[in-house]
Amino acid sequence: MIRFLLRRLVTMVVTLLIISALVFFIIKLPPGDFLSNQIAELRAQGESASIAKAEFLIKQYGLDRPAWEQYLVWIGVMPGPNGYSGLLQGDWGWSFEFDKPVVEVVGDALWLTLLVNLAVVIFIHVVSIPIAIYSATRQYSVGDYIATFIGYIGLATPSFLLALILLYYMNRWFGVSIGGLYDAQYAGEPWTWDKIKSLLSHLIVPTLVIGLSGTAAMIRRMRANLLDELGKQYYVTAKAKGLGPNKALLKYPFRMSLNPFIADIGNLLPHLISGSVLVSLVLSLPTVGPILLSALKSQDQFLAGFILMFVAVLTVIGMLISDLLLAMLDPRIRMGGGR
Amino acid sequence: MNTALPTKRHYVDPTPFDPGATEPVGAENESFYRASSWRLMWWKFRRHKVAVAAAFILLVFYLIVPFVEVIAPYNQTKRNGDFIYAPPQSLHLTHEGRFVGPFVYSYSQSFDLENFRRVYTVDRTSPQPIRFFCRGDAYKFWGLVNANVHLVCPPENGTMFLLGTDRLGRDLLSRIIYGARISLTIGVVGIAVSFALGLFFGGLAGYLGGWVDHVIQRMIEILRSLPELPLWLALSAALPANWSPILVFFGITIILGLLDWPGLARAVRSKLLALREEDFVKAAELMGASKQRIIARHLIPNFMSHLIASATLSIPSMILGETALSFLGLGLRPPVTSWGVLLNEAQNLAAVQLHPWLLFPIVPVIVVVLAFNFMGDGLRDAADPYH
Repeated sequence: MIRFLLRRLVTMVVTLLIISALVFFIIKLPPGDFLSNQIAELRAQGESASIAKAEFLIKQYGLDRPAWEQYLVWIGVMPGPNGYSGLLQGDWGWSFEFDKPVVEVVGDALWLTLLVNLAVVIFIHVVSIPIAIYSATRQYSVGDYIATFIGYIGLATPSFLLALILLYYMNRWFGVSIGGLYDAQYAGEPWTWDKIKSLLSHLIVPTLVIGLSGTAAMIRRMRANLLDELGKQYYVTAKAKGLGPNKALLKYPFRMSLNPFIADIGNLLPHLISGSVLVSLVLSLPTVGPILLSALKSQDQFLAGFILMFVAVLTVIGMLISDLLLAMLDPRIRMGGGR
Repeated sequence: MNTALPTKRHYVDPTPFDPGATEPVGAENESFYRASSWRLMWWKFRRHKVAVAAAFILLVFYLIVPFVEVIAPYNQTKRNGDFIYAPPQSLHLTHEGRFVGPFVYSYSQSFDLENFRRVYTVDRTSPQPIRFFCRGDAYKFWGLVNANVHLVCPPENGTMFLLGTDRLGRDLLSRIIYGARISLTIGVVGIAVSFALGLFFGGLAGYLGGWVDHVIQRMIEILRSLPELPLWLALSAALPANWSPILVFFGITIILGLLDWPGLARAVRSKLLALREEDFVKAAELMGASKQRIIARHLIPNFMSHLIASATLSIPSMILGETALSFLGLGLRPPVTSWGVLLNEAQNLAAVQLHPWLLFPIVPVIVVVLAFNFMGDGLRDAADPYH
């Protein structure tokens, strides 16, 4: 088990390293950067004092050096103008747009993003497992058709529009304002019980919207898995020997069908995070989504780079957890060795 | 072991082999055993009623694509200044119990000074029959030929906004029809890009094996572990702002295709590895078939059907991706009209509350995505006709 864990950790580090290079490359793709754009603009207006500041920042963050050096400084394996201070050292850089360190700009958004995604993963599992069991055991019943139909709609409806429509109707029918993650009066307030309650009630719609397509996919896959298992002879034997239907179902086929289900968390996570970025924009949730969009538009490179890395780390860690769970459940994978 | 064979070819009888001659098959099975695999696939696909219906719907949608200028009642850029944010006009058949044929009632606009809204009142006294095969707004067919013939036109001196108008008074139905051209082609062009990449990398990995296989596998894993949308956002933000809309269209398509290939490459690789071990490949090898013949005649037809099925299943994600990017304002830009661009105008709550018809472009998106899903499911089942 420990060898398996170590091997997975090494792969994870290599993966993250490659992702960081990819992210940096993509961010550097558009010509120019935030500061040189700003300097050009300031020069047009003839403001020399601000130009001096911008030029100071360029020196400070080594933006005048070649791109590969900038990359190495950014991840923190090469001394920059301030010595070793990059992602590895916990220095996430400076946001030029907000004129604040990246840490302060993202702040609460980081763990709120985590919270939203965690809520969605829990929602998907809690909802899709019972529905999948129901539809698989009562194949071609009315309930099965309804579940399948809702599943297909969930796959086909763009989440951002669903969010927009729900935003309006929830407000109209129930008077709940679901924009943001807590009521406006709590913004900037310390965390009290009331604020947490407000947060939880605001979490419902985003979770539903982001989770819908994932739930649909999960139900489909789980139903197919379970149907495969239900057709096998051991299940028929178990029933023939008089095992109660619930026990016969939950003890063997259900456990078998859970296996690919957990392996799927890894595939699900990238989609969830994509969905949460998009839905956050529409519902103006204080997650990293909206910050990322504005940072990308204004070429605020350290901010955008950090958020992209954060999202990637989140996914990779999620995949690691799903792999570990799978290894715990299924000894064949744990013992499998090289593959 | 192929190389160990002597260069002298094994003798193969040139007359076609007829299995029925040595071992007679029942009359009811005969057509089944003699059918080619493509025919078997077609038979199996045909049994899948929903998939056939979906394929038909898609066929209709794609038949519209070349002729949007003729089918749309208005030109997509035609502004009707007197009818801004006009609600949909409904199509009627009978007027005061009498059959008139398809017609609309005209409506007149007034301004509600209290709420600062335009109010449209329907005049139910005189039916205005719509015209067919008629002359209307001028357009350039495929950007080449000047013409003004339309399939349907608004009534003389009247309007026909079956789905309402937008903030510039442009007919939404016509814009949706024009948008179909972009939205439907983007999925197909994107899948072509990803198909080519997937076939190339997957083929390389499956065929060469060894370290090439290893590197490509790792590449696939890394690309699959990245959330698509933030990457799409970052890549589309990297498209230069001074590009023409057509260049942006190709840029976005390539971006969508670039991030989609790993799934296909993985499918190609695993199919190639599995099929290489099949008995029929061994048989062909023993009979002295050349490597090209095995690949072209035995391997490719076998996994092509699977690939087409999985490609069909990934077109929807491209259409949705384009819609999402354009909705956020990072995808296609006006004057290019796609369903995502149209939805971009319905981005705020005011649209949902005051002009709900602006959300209508969502309907074709859902229909097309669902149809591709159903058809893909049917194709996937049919791709393996011997099971």
